Amino acid sequence: MFDWFPQNISTFGGDIDSVFWLIFYIVGAGFILGEAVIIYCAIRYRRKAGRRAAFITGEKMSELAWVMVPAAIVLILDFGIEFAGGEAWSKVKGETPASDIKVIVTGKQFNWNFTYPGPDGTFGTDDDLLLENELHVPVRKVVDITIKSEDVLHSFFVPVMRLKQDAIPGRSIPAWFEATATGQYEIGCAELCGYGHYTMRGFLFVHTAEDYAKWIQERWPPAAPSADSTNVVQL
Amino acid sequence: MSTVAATENYSDNVMPIGKMGIWWFLASEIMVFGGLIGSYILYRLASAGAWAEMAHHVSTTIGAINTVVLLTSSLTMVLAHAAVEDENRQRAKLYLGLTVLGGILFLIFKAVEYTTEISHGFTPLAGTFWSFYFTMTGLHGLHVIGGIIANLALFVMAARGTLWPNTQKRVEYCGLYWHFVDVVWIFLFPLLYLSY
Amino acid sequence: MSSSAAAHPAHENQLSFVRQYIFSLDHKVIGKQYLFLGMFMALAGGLLAYLLRWQLAWPESAVPGMSWIPEPTMFQGIIPPEFYNAIVTMHGTIMVFFVAMPILLGAFGNFLVPLMVGAPDMAFPRLNMMSFWTIFTAAMIMLASFFVPGGAASAGWTGYPPLSADAVYTGVNWGITLWILGLALEFASFLMGGINFLTTVVSMRAPGLKMMRLPLMVWMQIVAAVIFMLSVGPLIAGAVLLLLDRTVGTSFYAVQKGGDPLLWQHLFWFFGHPEVYVVLLPGIGAVLEVLPVFSRKPIFGYKAIVYSTIAAGFLSFIVWAHHMFVSGMDFDLVMPFSITTILISVPFTIILLAMIATLWKGAIRLATPMLFALGTLMVFIVGGLTGIFLGSASADIYLHDTYFVVAHFHYTLISAVFFGGFTAMYYWFPKMFGRLMNETWGKIHFALTLVCFNLVFIPLFKAGLGGEMRRLYNPFEYDFLKPHQGLHQFATIAAILLMIAQLPFLVNFFWSMFKGKVADRNPWQANTLEWAAPSPPPHGNFDTAPSVYHGPYVYSAPERKEDWQPQHQPH
Repeated sequence: MFDWFPQNISTFGGDIDSVFWLIFYIVGAGFILGEAVIIYCAIRYRRKAGRRAAFITGEKMSELAWVMVPAAIVLILDFGIEFAGGEAWSKVKGETPASDIKVIVTGKQFNWNFTYPGPDGTFGTDDDLLLENELHVPVRKVVDITIKSEDVLHSFFVPVMRLKQDAIPGRSIPAWFEATATGQYEIGCAELCGYGHYTMRGFLFVHTAEDYAKWIQERWPPAAPSADSTNVVQL
Repeated sequence: MSTVAATENYSDNVMPIGKMGIWWFLASEIMVFGGLIGSYILYRLASAGAWAEMAHHVSTTIGAINTVVLLTSSLTMVLAHAAVEDENRQRAKLYLGLTVLGGILFLIFKAVEYTTEISHGFTPLAGTFWSFYFTMTGLHGLHVIGGIIANLALFVMAARGTLWPNTQKRVEYCGLYWHFVDVVWIFLFPLLYLSY
Repeated sequence: MSSSAAAHPAHENQLSFVRQYIFSLDHKVIGKQYLFLGMFMALAGGLLAYLLRWQLAWPESAVPGMSWIPEPTMFQGIIPPEFYNAIVTMHGTIMVFFVAMPILLGAFGNFLVPLMVGAPDMAFPRLNMMSFWTIFTAAMIMLASFFVPGGAASAGWTGYPPLSADAVYTGVNWGITLWILGLALEFASFLMGGINFLTTVVSMRAPGLKMMRLPLMVWMQIVAAVIFMLSVGPLIAGAVLLLLDRTVGTSFYAVQKGGDPLLWQHLFWFFGHPEVYVVLLPGIGAVLEVLPVFSRKPIFGYKAIVYSTIAAGFLSFIVWAHHMFVSGMDFDLVMPFSITTILISVPFTIILLAMIATLWKGAIRLATPMLFALGTLMVFIVGGLTGIFLGSASADIYLHDTYFVVAHFHYTLISAVFFGGFTAMYYWFPKMFGRLMNETWGKIHFALTLVCFNLVFIPLFKAGLGGEMRRLYNPFEYDFLKPHQGLHQFATIAAILLMIAQLPFLVNFFWSMFKGKVADRNPWQANTLEWAAPSPPPHGNFDTAPSVYHGPYVYSAPERKEDWQPQHQPH
């Protein structure tokens, strides 16, 4: 209905958006009702000569019901929102689905470093591939990411994925996403990390399966155990 | 609305304002030490082995002696309060003086302990346990110093006889504070000295 | 007769100027000192708001009128990124700790609590004076921190380590140390204040003034004081640890040597969320006083409001981690915190509906205080409702640390501080200064403020929904945020208009102080005890110590001819 959000290209983004809209309609109704009653009262009950205000203390249960019943309704709506939201939460932040695409995301002042395990599939070996500010993934595949930080707090934020996760030095925080559309998108930092916070911008490249295979072939180090090359690609 | 006649005077029904002020003050102090102790416990639970090793190097003996010293000074504080209520100048002076001495003795032992530890290389930078150790005992030590100053002032007043008839309540207030300082130590002692 | 009221002989005439106006022990003078300090700091915080709004609308262009600020803070009016972070940090710190708290608690709390409970002064007048001079020192330290090498603190008002724990990350050394020191002094000041408020209310009430006959403003002040006292301790401990990390080199928050940066977030928000209510409740309290007076009706459900306030205060201690849903904290703790957070909507629904129900069938007079009270309600509804989005853990994944959050908390805090504060200001001005403020200019001020305020922050909701992150020096570095520049320009122009809209208030305030119509004791025909004292009340407050015979909101009782009945007046 309203075109407020960026495009959504993740499998769980829709769940988050629908929690938002659920709350939006509930809260919107409350907003209109609340403001309308205030304005109505302020106009309808303006002081006039000869009319005296009603003496209502609101201490009797029959009067208090006007407040307590709506409060009970709010309580019920609260639980509704929480149940809807809880499901979305455990989907996004819960167990990462099985995946063979693993990337380590490391925040540092003021870059996003993306580390691929290389052809041998394990991190910490010679054939790891480190890219600055570029994350390449295939479409329609679960991408298993591990978020780390080298210095201060950062927050890995991909608006089109509805994914946000702080990076904390000393911790490895798991996250995942599955892209539903190809293209080039922006990655940002959502936690103040110093004077270059605003420049901490990366790119997400979502490829088709074929393009992704091609990209691996072009950019990844050869599968054979290479000599002592560092394999860091500076861009 | 009921219209009960105004016969009650609320200021007479509750404790003296000075005492109430001290209690509110202690409530906020509890939260300060509570935050510190809570953080310590969380860190302690998160890292088992290394801490136990570090905690071995504190002197349980001096810690235990200091516990006794502080508890004794709490006792003399109570006796001082009793003496002040009786307007017994000599005894009030004696027990206030003993309380001050207890505090000073505690600080001397603490200083010996700090010196030994630092000379063995266990500075506040030697590890998180030591950082916590020095921060917590240091903050407690500052409270002890504050208590000594307050009690010393009372001691001088008792010696001069100016404590009566208007200010003797302060002995009770300082006593509450002094017991609080003691209670904090009762928490710190097992947490820091017996936690390995 | 109360025995305590006779304790203060009115002997102002013998007091020197210094004892009467500077190191005064009179709670009313101290209250005014807090008020002027808060207003002065609001100018500083407002100037920072102007700078940051300009930068967001027209990034890296010279800010008009600001070319006098020397290098390296600014360059011919252009804000560098380092200074931008300091602006953001100090704007938040100053507005929350040095504007909202001094005005709502310091000024109105100090001025009103003894008067409303019928006491001659605070329980501890010297402590009261000391608490003002402590926050004054803290405020000066905060302002001074702009002038030290490296500039003011720039790690955000939340001061998350490791960014705040080591100068290598920000280039700010002294700035952050002074920031911690200033905050510590501020906390100490309000701890002293809180002890004073609580003791005064518990033990110095006038005869007959039971707890359940207290004006709601007093309830709000003491609940705020209790919340503050019980929540700030852990943050004081946390600040000590941060200070040691910075100065001694310990590693409480540095992960390389066994520390944990998340500890600070827990300690900060354990205080930070209750702190919101510390600021909010007195603002709501002012509205609760004004609504019955200008509706000529009893407040609806006095007891329900009191119990709801206490319940909300209690809940505020177990919701802190909703600021940390995406921080990497324990997964299993998230939903419990999300549920407690959303439960807070229940007590606040009760309070809000009770306020609205007070209007129902009233005889409403839309004088300036009443307009601001209604404005507070209308704005606070938006702030409260948008909080539901952020309390829901899943919606928060996307909205966390975006402009949606910025807009949300400005709607809650500005409703309390700005609208609630002006409600209090226009309502109690005659009691504070003995003269009435100009009604016409007050209404103009209200209309402009309400309109401009909404024009500033509605665009920010939209920017946040578009995914715009907070605290970006130049958001338009991001391609997907480039379309937001129009929103920001709109908000900036509205913000400048909002600041200009405060001029009628300032002129009205100072003009009325000296030239306004002289007010009698009770210009609004209100019931509470402060109106039984002369305007302005002398040192010692009441000419005869009042006794209380009934609750504070007996308006339009059917058996009476008048539509009001002061608390100190027997049947």
